Amino acid sequence: MAGKVIPIQPAPSGAFEYLTTKKDELAGWARKFSLFPYPFVTACCAMEFMAVSSTPYDTDRFGAALPRFSPRQSDLLMVVGTLTHKQAPVLRKVYEQMCEPKWVMAFGACATSGGFYQNYAAVAGIDRIIPVDIYVPGCPPRPETVIDGIMKLQDMIARSRHPILTENF
Amino acid sequence: MAADVLDLLRQRLADKVGEAAVSHGILVLAVEPAELLGVVQRLKSEFQFDLFLDVTAVDWLGQAPRFEVVHHFYSTAHRVRVRLKTRVPEADPTVASLVSLYGSARFMERECHDMYGIVFRGNPDLRPILLYEGFVGHPLRKDYPKRAEQPLVPYRAAPGGER
Repeated sequence: MAGKVIPIQPAPSGAFEYLTTKKDELAGWARKFSLFPYPFVTACCAMEFMAVSSTPYDTDRFGAALPRFSPRQSDLLMVVGTLTHKQAPVLRKVYEQMCEPKWVMAFGACATSGGFYQNYAAVAGIDRIIPVDIYVPGCPPRPETVIDGIMKLQDMIARSRHPILTENF
Repeated sequence: MAADVLDLLRQRLADKVGEAAVSHGILVLAVEPAELLGVVQRLKSEFQFDLFLDVTAVDWLGQAPRFEVVHHFYSTAHRVRVRLKTRVPEADPTVASLVSLYGSARFMERECHDMYGIVFRGNPDLRPILLYEGFVGHPLRKDYPKRAEQPLVPYRAAPGGER
């Protein structure tokens, strides 16, 4: 009744020679561990950004540690702090200079919604200017909140389509 | 010693200024717009007020004259401060610029011009310094709408359709 069991034959080197997956999962898995952030730092949240980057919290664990100070080399735009109307064209330009695929994190209350700045100077949330993938609340956010945000973003990247790989591949 | 200087200052300038009072160790003098430049000239040359700290304004909406331009000076020799208050009307909110006496006035007057629309006669460059070109109005005036926005970048359409 039972079919013939064929034991897996390891390759001579001792490693498996192939495994199967979906291309979106493969690309997502690769991309979620190679987030190169571009810190667009405008205000006091910068202190918390430094804390989350440094040894005790160590975002390097998520492959999201090395900031690239050129938008052309980065794929995660972290907007850390209040955005003013005067800066909005700059943020817009930085976003447009980033290559696909790219993601945006609104870091802190001000980047998320303007926070308590409801006045002539501040933009009430960066999502009025550019699309945002993940919002991290807090004034400023705790490092744990930021790490939670990064992990949620990684989940999102892993689950999403990566259409740059076309039917030819 | 600081009190001596302030007393002397008050006596010497008595004919040039209106109300004079000491508030928290700062001599506060009310000055007419026409007298401002002369008073500051004397503060600098006779009393060694060599540091121009700030110029700002107060909007007394509903009163006349509406605006009060406030200058602060510090004397590093005597270690005292003096505050000058100049009332100007809404129709002509103009005072003399102090650029000829203090180079730093160039920038501080620009900020005050941004925020309150005070015109500093004699300042060669009153372009926006904190605001941006094209900003209409003066945001720290009491009649500027609190939630008014003047975005430089067109807003994206929100998913829900509001905004």
